[in-house]
Order: sequence, then structure tokens, then C-alpha cells
Amino acid sequence: MKSIDHNLVQKKMGSRLLRNKMAKLLFMLATLFGLLVLIVLIYRVIRDGAAWIDFDFINNKLSTDPERAGIMGAILGTFWLMLVVAPVTMILGIGTAIYLEEYAKKGKLQTIIQTNISNLAGVPSVVFGLLGLTVFVRGMDLGNIVLAGGLTMALLVLPVVVVAAQEAIRAVPGFLREASYGMGATKWQTIKNVVLPASLPGILTGTILALSRAIGETAPLVVIGIPALLIPLPDGIFDKFTILPVQIYYWTLDSALVAEYTNLAAATIVILLVVLFLMNSVAIFIRNKFQQRY
Amino acid sequence: MHKQNTAGQINTNVRDLIAEKKKKKSVGNIMEKLVPGTLLAIATVSILTTIGILLTLITETFLFFKEVSIVDFFTGTELKPLGDNAVFGVLPLLTGTLISTVIAMLVAIPIGLMTAIYLSEYASEKARRILKPLLEILAGIPTIVYGFFAFTFVTPLLRSFIPGLEPTNILSPGIVMGIMIIPMVASLSEDAMSSVPNSMREGALALGSTKLEVTFKVVLPAAISGIIASFVLGISRAIGETMIVTIASGSSKNFTFDVTQSMQTMTAYIVEVSGGEAAAGTTLYHSLYAVAFTLFVFTLIMNMLAQYISRRFREEY
Repeated sequence: MKSIDHNLVQKKMGSRLLRNKMAKLLFMLATLFGLLVLIVLIYRVIRDGAAWIDFDFINNKLSTDPERAGIMGAILGTFWLMLVVAPVTMILGIGTAIYLEEYAKKGKLQTIIQTNISNLAGVPSVVFGLLGLTVFVRGMDLGNIVLAGGLTMALLVLPVVVVAAQEAIRAVPGFLREASYGMGATKWQTIKNVVLPASLPGILTGTILALSRAIGETAPLVVIGIPALLIPLPDGIFDKFTILPVQIYYWTLDSALVAEYTNLAAATIVILLVVLFLMNSVAIFIRNKFQQRY
Repeated sequence: MHKQNTAGQINTNVRDLIAEKKKKKSVGNIMEKLVPGTLLAIATVSILTTIGILLTLITETFLFFKEVSIVDFFTGTELKPLGDNAVFGVLPLLTGTLISTVIAMLVAIPIGLMTAIYLSEYASEKARRILKPLLEILAGIPTIVYGFFAFTFVTPLLRSFIPGLEPTNILSPGIVMGIMIIPMVASLSEDAMSSVPNSMREGALALGSTKLEVTFKVVLPAAISGIIASFVLGISRAIGETMIVTIASGSSKNFTFDVTQSMQTMTAYIVEVSGGEAAAGTTLYHSLYAVAFTLFVFTLIMNMLAQYISRRFREEY
């Protein structure tokens, strides 16, 4: 019995190995392609924008004159927006996660909420913009102020926080809970004193990532109708505002008219990317420093 | 006497303790009862959000179809939302969305899948630890930045190859959108491939397969449900992507299949019309919701399809 023809195997071996090597090279190049784009993108943005960043650029108000235009308004707007988004999305997100993980009985309601959250995560951000426009800006007659934008954004990033908080809570080992119950603690006491502190690093990491998503979102706020006009610096959550990505949007659109707007957009992108980089670094730091492995 | 006294004292002390404890407990009890209800109320906000989205979209879309026939809307190849003789046909927006999505997936699927294969099957542990965070950076870049990149870099670059390319066109944002989706396809596919147990790979390797053969004959078939789900999610993402196409593809509402032309997607239409002071109650304003509803239905179908695929065809090892 000779089921394997050794000559045939030998003859094919070379080309099989060669194909394997070629494929490996191809796969590696594909991986590097993404990174190459990343490098080109960052290089272009810095080349176009870095020279324009100085104290005046950060500190000045918007202006039609590229030489005098600054992004203080957009920075303040982003700051106030986050001041609305962070608490709202944290309360809603963590509350939902605790309910789903600790209180909800396995059954219809839990499945509905869970499915609903994963579907919400897939809804395009422009649609959230329309929701905000209809409910907050027009329905509640808030107008296009920070509060309306912040509530819209909070709903948009809510699924991110819920999922992260759920994972963090689920990762708290059972023996910690049991020890707490064994000491006579009630369910809420256990959650408040044991589960939440143990899952806090994971929850915070998720929240920061959600906020960094919110900082970069443009579409919902353009839909809500953030003006491209020169508006006074926002002083609180009831003022009209603009944010960094929206500023980038309008400058990019108008770059066909005024060439320097390209540089202003690029400079603003550099600032935005630096902010995002800092936020992500903090998230990674929290994850590595405080997360306990049980 | 003395003894009894002490005992009595202890007794009262214990009784006090219990009474005190009970008093404390009643505060605790209230919390115990309040908390689940409060949390349930918070948890229903996500459901209210969905209901809110559906309600706003459906009611305004209903108003729109009172003014414009539903057949004309879905079969009309002409879209002229402004002016006295406004015509609302959604087909130009649908083709714009379709074409940009196809271009994006032509970039994202092959490169994303090859990246996933490299990371999961070929890369050393060290290379993976460096490459994966870098890809996550690519995924974390805001879409507005990609829009800027498409408009100021990719379009001029493409125009030096393709002379007929318009300054705003669907090709460049399509490609950039694909690049944006690469990390998503790559990381979801890689998760699917990593969950294929090593024993299966080792079995095939022991029979004399090369790594390439293991990948294509064992790992990919075993992970196919997760991989396809990642493609579908990528498609959904491409359909819903807004800023890249808004910036780099312009606002021409031509019904065309020529990728060198400017085209508008559904998302870009929503941004253009809502940003442009559409007065509430007008047909133009209502058209916003009809388009958004169409968009919502498309992405919802894609997301549910992805969930169905990964649930229905998952093989547990």
C-alpha cells in the first residue's frame, strides 16, 4: 500500500513553502499599510499645522483673518461640553451596568435592554444628531446650547460606558461578594463598598475612552446646528458654543476659499490629537496601575 | 446582686444594640428598596433613547410621505430639495451611499483580513504587542481628521494619477473610509481567529501543512462566522459614516455611477440640510427624517445581520 507518493510531495514542497513565504510577506505589508497611512496622516497634519500653533492661536477668539484666528472658543466649548457629557453618561452608564449585572433577573427585560444597547451602539451618529435636534434643541426648546449638545453626546457614547462598566463589574470575583455577604452586608452595601471600588479602574478607563470618542465626534453637533459664525466665548452650559472638530470642519470646507484655512484646520487637528493622546494615556495608565487581576 | 446587675446591664445593652441596629437597618432597608427601582429607571433611559429615535424618525417621515409620494421618493432619480419645484428622489443618495460603501469595503476587507491573518497566525508575540496598539490609534482618530486627510491629501494625490477626477469626488472619501475601517475588520476578525483552538492548528501542522495552508484550510473556515460578521459591521459603519464623505465628496446630487464625480450620501445630505437652517415644518425639513429613517433601517439591518451570523454560525470549541 502506498498512499503517499513521496516524489510528488517532494516536487510540490518547494512551491508550497515559497507560497507560504510570499503570503507572509503580503500579510505583513498589508499590516504595515495601515501604519504607513497613520504616519503619513500625522506627518501631513504636523507639517501643515505645527508652525501655526503658538500662544495667540490657542488664546485668540475666532476671526476671519487667518493670522489672528484662534481656537479659544472651541477649546472652551469642548471643555463645557465634556462637563455635561461626563457626569450624565457616567451616571446613566454605570447605573445601567449595575442594574444589568447585579439586579436584573435573567429574562425578557434584561435581554431587551442588552440587545437595545448593542443596537444603539450601531446607530449612525448623524441620527443621534437628529434626535438631539428634535428632542433637546426644538422639543425642549433649549436651542443649540452646550446642554443640548452634551445630552445628545451623552446618549451617543452611552453604550460604550455601559459595556465597559459591565465588563469591569463582571470581572469582580465572586469570593469578594461572598465575603461581604458573609459579614452581614446587604446587597446594596456589597455593591457600594466592594463591587464598585473593585471595578472602578475598568469603569474609569471605559469612561475616558467614551469621552475621547465624544471629543472627536462632529456630525451630531453639526446637525444640531452649531453656528459657523463668530460667537462670544461660552461661559457655561447654557451658552451657544463651538467645539474643536466642528471648527476643523468649517475651516476644511472653506479652505478652497482661503488657503490658510488648511493650516488652521491642521493646527486645530494637532491640538485635538494631542488632547486625545493625553486622554488615552491616562486611560492606559489607570488600567495598568490600578487594575487588579484576581 | 452585683452579678445580676451586670447581667441585666448586658441584657439591656444587647437589647439597645439590637434596637439601634434595627433603626439603622430601616435606613438601610429604604436604600435596599430604593436602589433597584432607581437603577431600573436609569437602565430604561437607553430604551427611551431608542423609542425617541424611532418616534422622531417615524412621525416626521410620515409627514413627509403625506407631501411626497413614497413611490416617487424611492424610485426618483432626481433630487432637488431647494427651490419652488423641489423634487425628492432618494436614489442619488442611495447610489452615493452604496458606491462609497463598496469602495470602502474593497479597501477594508482585503487589507483588514490580511492584517488579521498576520497578527493572529504569523506575527511573533513581540510584533503583535507593538502592532496592535498602533492599529488602535488608527481606529481612535476622529473621522473629521480622516475627512481633512481625504480632502487635502488623498484627493490631490489621486488627481495626479486620474486626470478626470473632480476636486470633490466619491473615490477619495471611499478609500479613506476603507482605511478607517481596516482596524475594525482586523481586530474583530483577529478575535475570531484567535478563538480557534491551537489543537486544530497543530493537527494540521502535524500532517505537514504549511502555515498558509493551515490558515486557509483550518483557521479561516473555523472562524468564518466571526470574520463575516466583522465585514457586515464594517459595511454598517461605512453606511453611517458622515464627516469624511461630507467634506471630500461635495454635495452634488447627480444620479451617477461615475466614481470620479462628486456624489452625496444619505449622511452627507442630513448634515447639509440640517446645517443649512431648514425651517421646521417644511417638506425640506421632513425630507431630513425620511432620509435618516432609510439610513437607520439600513444600518439596523446590517447590525442585526452581523449579530445573527455570529450567533447562528458560531462553532463552539
